[in-house]
Amino acid sequence: MLEKALQGGPKYWLWMILLAAVIGAGSLCYYTQLIYGLGITGMSRDVTWGLYIAQFTFLVGVAASAVMVVLPYYLHNYKAFSKITILGEFIAISAVIMCLLFVIVDIGQPMRAVNMVLYPSPRSILFWDMVVLNGYLVLNVVISRVTMGAERKGVKPPAWIRPVIVLSIPWAVSIHTVTAFIYCGLGARPFWLTAILAPRFLASAFSAGPALLILLCLLMRRLTKFDAGDEPIQKLSIIVAYAMAANVFFVALELFTALYSASPEHIAPFQYMFLGLEGKHKLAPWVWTSQSMGILALVLLIVPRTRKNMRILALACIGLNIALWIDKGMAMVVTGFVPSPLGHVTEYTPTPPEIMIAIGIYAIGLFILTGLCRIALSLRGQLEA
Amino acid sequence: MSFNRRDFLKLTGLGAVSAVAARAAAAFPFFGGAPGAVKAETNAKTAKRWAMVVDLTKCKENCTDCIDACHTTHNVPDFGDDKRHEVKWIWKEPYKQSFPDQENEFLKDDLSERRVLVFCNHCQNPPCTRVCPTRATWKRPEDGIVMMDWHRCIGCRYCMAACPYGSRSFNWLDPRPHIKTITPDYPTRTRGVVEKCNFCDSRLAQGQMPACVEACKDRALIFGDLEAPDSPVRQILRERFSIRRKPELGTQPQVYYVV
Ligand code: SF4
Ligand code: SF4
Ligand code: SF4
Repeated sequence: MLEKALQGGPKYWLWMILLAAVIGAGSLCYYTQLIYGLGITGMSRDVTWGLYIAQFTFLVGVAASAVMVVLPYYLHNYKAFSKITILGEFIAISAVIMCLLFVIVDIGQPMRAVNMVLYPSPRSILFWDMVVLNGYLVLNVVISRVTMGAERKGVKPPAWIRPVIVLSIPWAVSIHTVTAFIYCGLGARPFWLTAILAPRFLASAFSAGPALLILLCLLMRRLTKFDAGDEPIQKLSIIVAYAMAANVFFVALELFTALYSASPEHIAPFQYMFLGLEGKHKLAPWVWTSQSMGILALVLLIVPRTRKNMRILALACIGLNIALWIDKGMAMVVTGFVPSPLGHVTEYTPTPPEIMIAIGIYAIGLFILTGLCRIALSLRGQLEA
Repeated sequence: MSFNRRDFLKLTGLGAVSAVAARAAAAFPFFGGAPGAVKAETNAKTAKRWAMVVDLTKCKENCTDCIDACHTTHNVPDFGDDKRHEVKWIWKEPYKQSFPDQENEFLKDDLSERRVLVFCNHCQNPPCTRVCPTRATWKRPEDGIVMMDWHRCIGCRYCMAACPYGSRSFNWLDPRPHIKTITPDYPTRTRGVVEKCNFCDSRLAQGQMPACVEACKDRALIFGDLEAPDSPVRQILRERFSIRRKPELGTQPQVYYVV
């Protein structure tokens, strides 16, 4: 099946070569980081996790969100999703691979990463995250291979795959829950120490992921003969709207608890996020952008007139992803470290090589996603329009 | 009554098995033996639970003898003004920052402007070891020292996120060019691993007191066994009022401060 990824017109190849070039540039930066150490990044003794771990967190959400198409299709037999379920699984596969890469580039001694397997530590949430993420990757690879293989032969998928698919549903929830547990189990970090973190992660994931899927469908409609149809896109947009509403609600709950209780250690991080502390407020403009874009996108998604307009819907999905990316792919992680346990306010700015490494990993993800979509489309004979 | 691991092993007859396992581990340090652990000598200092008392009434404001001694003994690099990449095992921090929960607006004059020695608390219930995905940091069961294995650490920095006291440092860069004078009988670290105070476990094994304790001419640092009623630490804790850093987190720091 994989050979299908090698067939394509000039536009396809140009895109893949472009991605390969970006991957090359990212690898070069990573090589420099290996030689020089993580000091090449903007992280510091006080802010010990940054862009990499934040991308990891964001992408775990994207990976988990495949469940929003898998569940209605397989459990409720919602036929409209039949064409796009496979796309959801492809997004999941490429997102999980990116997650694993982001962890690898973040650790100081990547050559020793196998120590996590040699000395398994069930008390560590990171250990469990490794287990569930790899499991999720295997599940999605198996499911998409088997269902696609059956489709190619024009037969029904074998019966044994159904329990595997059903298993992938709670598994998707588990990857993001366990990822939230990495943060919310730490007494040292009051900003993360909240039971709502996992639900909030899930809500933001279930709106960002399907929004990306909508964008992918719209893109493929323009570039290829594949048309998901309006109905599944509209259904997805409702899912996006509900999940985003839940996310905004959860954020409001957090703000209320922190601000009304007036407990200094809970207020301080929020203060840093929105206003800045000790005159340091690099994050604030980003956070305000994120909040306002998020609310605006939510309004556009809730009002039926705007939601049903594909062009506005696309804009709303883009805005929503930028908003949630800033929130989760940046603010959530960094703010946990500000102020530090000793009350110091150290700011974090990712450095150019650090950003390039992150872009390189995204390029790897897109490369894989493009290749996978290519395979599926050529099987269905729906290539270029 | 406390029921500890040793009792459990005895009770279940696992003691013999674990003794054999321990010997095997010592023979093959690759499998679980702690590299860096110095072979216990006969005059090694031992305790059931090591602890430190910092007597703030004796510690001199501008003295850095203990800090210098520790950092020289342990080849801790000095990054000068580069605070982002700083590595430190023991340092001074303003009182209000060391004890955020004791933040009274008006304090005794000698406290409010005070800078307090801080270092790893060798917590009895350490969150840092709980989160480590490779068990590269662990609490030594025999004496409670929270150890660090620089050869196993993968540098994920989860332990740094989990430590509520900022006791841990990461080697963002190669530390070796930044060590002023290398002490040859102590290992240097490589970039990409975490390090912190280890209660001078290798000095203890050689029968010596921790370097910082030895360096303090004013005897402001008192080191001893919390489980021994007559130990100097128990004595001073009986007589003087002491506090610990962030006790509300339940980490049970083994470093006490006499104020
Ligand atoms: S002070 Fe920090 S590093 Fe030391 S044992 Fe406690 S939690 Fe671990
Ligand atoms: S940085 Fe090293 S010691 Fe700390 S949690 Fe990761 S592997 Fe363990
Ligand atoms: S006990 Fe040893 S390692 Fe810890 S601060 Fe003192 S000298 Fe340094």
